Amino acid sequence: MSIVLLLEQTLNGLQFGVMLFLMAAGLTLIFGVMGLINLAHGSLYMIGAFAAAGTAAATGSFMLALAASLAAAALAGVIVEVLIIRRLYDRDHLDQVLATFALILIFSEGTRWVFGSFPLFLDRPAWLAGTVALPFGIEYPLYRLAIIIVGLAVAAGLFLMISKTRIGIQIRAGENDREMIGALGVNISRLYTLVFALGAALAGFSGALIGALQSVQVGMGEPVLILAFVVIVIGGIGSIKGAFVGAILVGMTDKLGGFLLPKMFGLIMEPAAATSVGSALASMSIYILMAGVLLFRPRGLFGGAGA
Amino acid sequence: MTEPILDVRGVTKSFGALVASNDINIDLKPGEIHALIGPNGAGKSTLIGQIAGGLPPDAGSVHFDGKDVTSLSTAARARAGMGRTFQISSLAMEYTVLQNVVLGALGHRGDVFRFFRPVMKDKDLLARADHALEQVGLEEFRGFRTSELSHGQRRQLEVAVALTLEPKAFLMDEPMAGLGAEGTHRLMGFLGGLKEQAPILLVEHDMDAVFALADRISVLVYGEIIATGSVDEIRANPDVRVAYLGEEEEA
Amino acid sequence: MKRETVLNLALLALLLGYPLWAWSVDEPFLITLTTRAVIFAIAGVGLNFALGFGGLVSFGHAAFFGIGGYAMGVLAFHAQSYSPMMEWPFLIEGTKSMPVIWLVAIVVSGIVALGLGALSLRTTGVYFIMITLAFAQMFYFFAISWPAYGGEDGLSIYVRNSFPGLNTMDPIQFFAICYVILLLVLLFVWAAARSRFGLMLNAARQNEDRVQAVGQGPYRLYLVAFTVSGAITGLAGALFADLNRFVSPTMFSWQTSGEIMVFVILGGVGRVFGPVAGAMLFILLEHVLGGVSDYWHIYLGAILLGVVLFARGGLYGLIAGREVAHD
Repeated sequence: MSIVLLLEQTLNGLQFGVMLFLMAAGLTLIFGVMGLINLAHGSLYMIGAFAAAGTAAATGSFMLALAASLAAAALAGVIVEVLIIRRLYDRDHLDQVLATFALILIFSEGTRWVFGSFPLFLDRPAWLAGTVALPFGIEYPLYRLAIIIVGLAVAAGLFLMISKTRIGIQIRAGENDREMIGALGVNISRLYTLVFALGAALAGFSGALIGALQSVQVGMGEPVLILAFVVIVIGGIGSIKGAFVGAILVGMTDKLGGFLLPKMFGLIMEPAAATSVGSALASMSIYILMAGVLLFRPRGLFGGAGA
Repeated sequence: MTEPILDVRGVTKSFGALVASNDINIDLKPGEIHALIGPNGAGKSTLIGQIAGGLPPDAGSVHFDGKDVTSLSTAARARAGMGRTFQISSLAMEYTVLQNVVLGALGHRGDVFRFFRPVMKDKDLLARADHALEQVGLEEFRGFRTSELSHGQRRQLEVAVALTLEPKAFLMDEPMAGLGAEGTHRLMGFLGGLKEQAPILLVEHDMDAVFALADRISVLVYGEIIATGSVDEIRANPDVRVAYLGEEEEA
Repeated sequence: MKRETVLNLALLALLLGYPLWAWSVDEPFLITLTTRAVIFAIAGVGLNFALGFGGLVSFGHAAFFGIGGYAMGVLAFHAQSYSPMMEWPFLIEGTKSMPVIWLVAIVVSGIVALGLGALSLRTTGVYFIMITLAFAQMFYFFAISWPAYGGEDGLSIYVRNSFPGLNTMDPIQFFAICYVILLLVLLFVWAAARSRFGLMLNAARQNEDRVQAVGQGPYRLYLVAFTVSGAITGLAGALFADLNRFVSPTMFSWQTSGEIMVFVILGGVGRVFGPVAGAMLFILLEHVLGGVSDYWHIYLGAILLGVVLFARGGLYGLIAGREVAHD
C-alpha cells in the first residue's frame, strides 16, 4: 500500500471536511441562535452552485462565479427568511422540518424547471488546473489544495468574527438567551436575518467550490446536508468548534475509510468480495462513527445543554 | 423516636461557582407537615429537584422509606412512594381533568404496557380517579380540558394526581402560589387533613399558611439550612428574623 | 356520531368503493392507483404511531419502508432464482409466499427499529431528527453499494408473490389484500391509542415530567412506540415492493421519508385515520397535478407549506375540528 496514496486520501479527507464545515457551520449557527432546524440549507448550497455555473458560462470568470454564488445564496436566504422562516421560530421542530422540507421541494423542482434535469458543468479556472508537487512525492490537484486553503481561511475568519466582533458577541449572546438580548436593545429580527444569510452564503459558496469539482445538478445539496447533520450531531449543536472537529472527523473517516477498508478486507478475502464488503462498510462508516459518539456523548463532543 | 420517611443527609450541589445546596440535612417524619421556607434564590427548587430526582447531588444522599434512593431516577422514586407536585403546574394540557387523574392512577397501578382495552372505561382506574377528584373538590370539572382550567384549579388537579399515587410522602413545591384567599384557605384545610395519609414536605412562601399548618419549619438561606424547629422556635430565632422574616416585615 | 368517526367511515368507504367501481368499468390502472394509496396509508399510520402519539419526529422512516421492501426482494429473489439464501449452518431458501414475507418484514423492521430507537432515543429534539435522517441515509448508501441485490439499479421480481387461494396478479384481488391489512392495522392502532399504553404515551408527548412524576419512564414508552411504528411501516414497504414488483435503494431515500411525513401531516398528525386521508390526498395530487405538470412537486411543496403555516391540523383539523377527548 502506497504511502503516497494514503497521504493523498488524507488530504482529500481534509478537503471534504473543510467543505462540510462550511455547510455545518451555517446550520449550527442558525440552530444555535434561532433554534431553527433548516432542511432547506441543501437548496441554498445548490443555488450557489447554479449561480456560479450560470455566471461562469456568461462571463467566463471563475472569481465572478464565486462572488455570484455568495450573493445569490445570501439573497435567496434573505428572501426565504423574511417570507417564511421567520414564521417558524416559535413553532415546534416538526413544523420547522415540514416547512423547510416543503422549501426543498419548491427549490428543487423550481430549479429543474428553469435549468432542466441535466447537470451543468462548472469548470475549474485554468489558473487552478493541474497538480502541484508536495512532499513525499505527492502530485496533488491544485484546485483541491486551493479549496483546503480557502476553507481553512473561511473557518479562521468565522472564528475571529464570532469571538472578536460586535456581531459575534450578539450571536454568542443570542445563543445563550434570546429574550435577553432583545431586552438589551439588539434588533433581533435583523440579527436573525443576518445569521440566516451568513449561513446561506457559506452554503452557496461551498456549493460553488464543489460544483467545479463534481457537477452542478438538482438535488446535489441534500446528501451534503445530511452529512452536515451528522457533523453537527458529532460536534454538538451550536458549537462552531464542534462543527469544525466533527467535519474533519467525518471527512477523514469517509475518505480514509473508503480507501483503507477494501484493502483491509483484501487481506482476508478475495478482491471482488473485499471491494464490495469494504466499500459497503465504508459507506456506512460515517454513521457508525456517529452512532459511536452518541453512545458516549448524546449531546455531541462539544454540545451544551441547548438542544 | 420514629424513623423519618425521608432523610436527606449532607446534600451538596454547585453550579460552577454558585453553591446552591451546601451540606443540607433535613428529614420528614410520619404524620407531620415540615415546611421549608426561605427567601427567593435560597435554593429551594434545587433541593426539591435533588430529593424528587432528576438533579443528582454532588455529595450527600437521599434516603426514602429506609432505602437509599440517591441514584434512582425520578420515575423510580415516584414508584417508591414520592408524591410530588410542581411549582409550575406540570400536567398533560391537552387531556381532560379526568384523563390526568386516571394517568396518575395508571402510573401507580403500573400495568402501562397494555394495548387493547380502552383505558377510560377501566372501572378501577375511574374509581380511583373520581375519589381523588372528590377529595380536592374538582369532580364537577371532570370533563374539562386542563388548558381551560384556572391556575388555582390546576394546582388542585396536581394534588389530585398526587393522591392517586398513594404516596408515602408528599413533596409540594409552593402549592399555594397564585391561589386567591379563598383557594389558599381551602387548600390549607385540605393539607391539614392530608398529613394523616402521608407526611408533607411543604415548600412555601405564604407565611400565614406555614405558621398555621407546619409542625416543623426549616429555613433555607443561600443554600444552607440555618434553623430547624417548631413554629414558635423559628418565630423567635434571631438569625431567621434577620435573614428572612425581618426583611419581610420591612417590606 | 362524532364528525371524526363520520369522516373515518367515509374515507374507508371511498377507498373501497372507488376501486370496485374501477373494476366494474375495467380500469385496472385506477385500481392500482388506489392500492398505492392504501399502502402509503399503512406506511403513514406506522409513522403516526411514533410521531403523532409519541411526538417522535422521525425523518428516517424510509429505513423501515426500505427494509420491508428488501425483505420481500431478497426472499423473492432467492425463490425466483432457485438459489438458497444461506446453506450453512442452516438451509434458508427464499420464498414467494406473502404471509411469510410479511412476517419477516415485520420482524426484521421491528428489530431494526428497536436497535435504532434504543440508540436514537438517547437524544432529544433536533438531535433525534437528524439522527433518524442519518441512519436512513446509511441504509440507502449500503443498499446502493451492496451488489448482490441489484445495487443502485434495484431488484426486479418477475411475478407477484403468492397468497393462498387468491390470484394476486389480479389488481382487484391484490387491492383487497392490502385493504384488509390496512383495516387490521387501523384496528390495532385505534385500540392502542385508547389503551393504557396510549394514554401514557400521549402524556409523555405532552409533558415528560408529568409521566415521570407518576412513576413511568418516557424512554421505554418511546422505544416501544418506535419499534411498533417501524414494524408497521416495514410491512407497508413489503407490500409496496410487491405492488411494483421492484425494490430499489430509493425506498430508503430521504425523499421517501419526507413523503411518508407528508401523508401524516396532510391528514392530521395524531389522528388515527389521518394518514389515510393524507395518503389519499397525496395520490390525488400526484395523479391530477402530475398529469398537468411534470414539476408538480412545486405545488405539493406550496400546499405543504400552506398546511404547516395555516392549517396545522391537516384535513381532519379542517373538517372534524379539534380532537374529542376520550371520555
